[in-house]
Amino acid sequence: MKLTEEDEQILGGEQGGAYQKAMEILKTLGEIYNADSLVDIKSVQIAGVSYKTIGDAGIQFLKDILNEGEEDVKVRVPTTLNPAGIDIEKWKELGFPNYFAEKQMEILDIFRKIGVNIECTCTPYLVGNRPDIGDHLAWSESSAVSFANSVLGARTNREGGPSALSAALIGKVPRYGYHIDENRRPNIKVKIPDAESLESSEYGALGRIIGRTVQDEIPYFYFGRNPGPNELKSLGASMAATGAVAMYHVDDLTPESGKYPIPDREVTVSIEEIREEYIEVDSKVDLVAIGCPHLSYEELVKISRLLGDHSVKIDTWIFTSRYIKKKHPKVVEKIEKSGAKIVSDTCMVVAPLDEMGYETVMVDSGKASSYLPNLEGIDVIFNETKKCVERALNGY
Amino acid sequence: MDIKGRKIYGGKAEGEILKTNEPISFLGGVDPEKGIVVEKGHEIEGKSVRNKVLVFPKGKGSTVGSYTIYQLKKNKVAPAAIINKKCEPIVAIGAVISSIPTLDKIDMDDIPSQGRAIVNSNKEAVEIIDF
Repeated sequence: MKLTEEDEQILGGEQGGAYQKAMEILKTLGEIYNADSLVDIKSVQIAGVSYKTIGDAGIQFLKDILNEGEEDVKVRVPTTLNPAGIDIEKWKELGFPNYFAEKQMEILDIFRKIGVNIECTCTPYLVGNRPDIGDHLAWSESSAVSFANSVLGARTNREGGPSALSAALIGKVPRYGYHIDENRRPNIKVKIPDAESLESSEYGALGRIIGRTVQDEIPYFYFGRNPGPNELKSLGASMAATGAVAMYHVDDLTPESGKYPIPDREVTVSIEEIREEYIEVDSKVDLVAIGCPHLSYEELVKISRLLGDHSVKIDTWIFTSRYIKKKHPKVVEKIEKSGAKIVSDTCMVVAPLDEMGYETVMVDSGKASSYLPNLEGIDVIFNETKKCVERALNGY
Repeated sequence: MDIKGRKIYGGKAEGEILKTNEPISFLGGVDPEKGIVVEKGHEIEGKSVRNKVLVFPKGKGSTVGSYTIYQLKKNKVAPAAIINKKCEPIVAIGAVISSIPTLDKIDMDDIPSQGRAIVNSNKEAVEIIDF
């Protein structure tokens, strides 16, 4: 991989230890994947933020690489974070453990000191960081990577925590994978007979099936009607959770759908199969958790409509970014009147739900339904949004 | 006779060989305090990676595994060197941030399952010195 003169100097340590380590990480990755060069990026989104995920090892690494205060280390491009393990403002009220909140704040402080925007969300594209077609990025969150590549036409691989941090410090990433045209070509068609009757809330369930089926391939979808951004958000999140889909195309809709030849291979999924993806277990729900990925304003409005003037009888957490929460106080107020809590900066996948005594969690997210049982040892019920809200109101 | 590989992270180290033909998940699969492989049913379950030339085909599991490798190093129970068939980002980044000499593109069959080896990553070579 070819480096510029300045990059070579950084690698030699001329700008200090943190930048040197960052360049070593990028160079190593580039060489593993046969990248020809580093490419300038517009923004970074760093994963591995929750204390539950990275633990003391992660804190130690962040402190060491950044040399804590000895060097003036700052990120060189706009950088945001993936969800943390707590709601920064409401953790006490929601019952998060003290020791956990302290560790979490320590992690966020480290990031803040190096100039990272402490907006902790899996939907950076909904909080004012909306890339343009062709922009190169270094994003980590798998659902955001999928949205950026597929729906926005930007270019990013799925970066791990250390590589995203390195990219933020250098402002570049190695050019391989989804940064290159030929790796963005679709390789399998997805057809749904009766696609017109696919409900908006069923894209998550569809994504679970396709992710399992195609693994890391690039599907090319035919739908009866064009899905909106919220539906695509659920679809992409699920496919990245059950498989490793980082990009897909939708016929006649997504920006690069007309750019490459249409593949011959085809997979068909029926509406019945999609509806069979829902999961029921025989126990009482003790938490209804909606908002994986973090909800958009339109989705919050939908929840508030479903809740009406009723009150919830089970703990109900609605996850959205702090940005959307601040921007739309009316809908937040209306939802919270029901007793449901709007929760920000975190999500059900990275919060320590198991330590907080929750055992059966109901979700409307294909992604959460796939991760929760693995990560938490928690029983999960998966159904459409409407059913989740009904259950919260009826309390069974 | 040296076995040739590809440098992932430079340096030179000698140690006893600990070899498995199964991928390793560092997060959850290796105890970061003691350096013992704890994955249930793993071919080298119960063995310590401390100061070993750790030979395995590739990493698997969570990307947080890179941090686990770093914690092994901090706790002085990390492998002396790593040899992979095909290095992926979890192990590669773990090796870089922990400064562990690491090579890949090495045929697993070329490395005996016991004995000692010198990994000279700068020269992209492994020398088996006792088997």
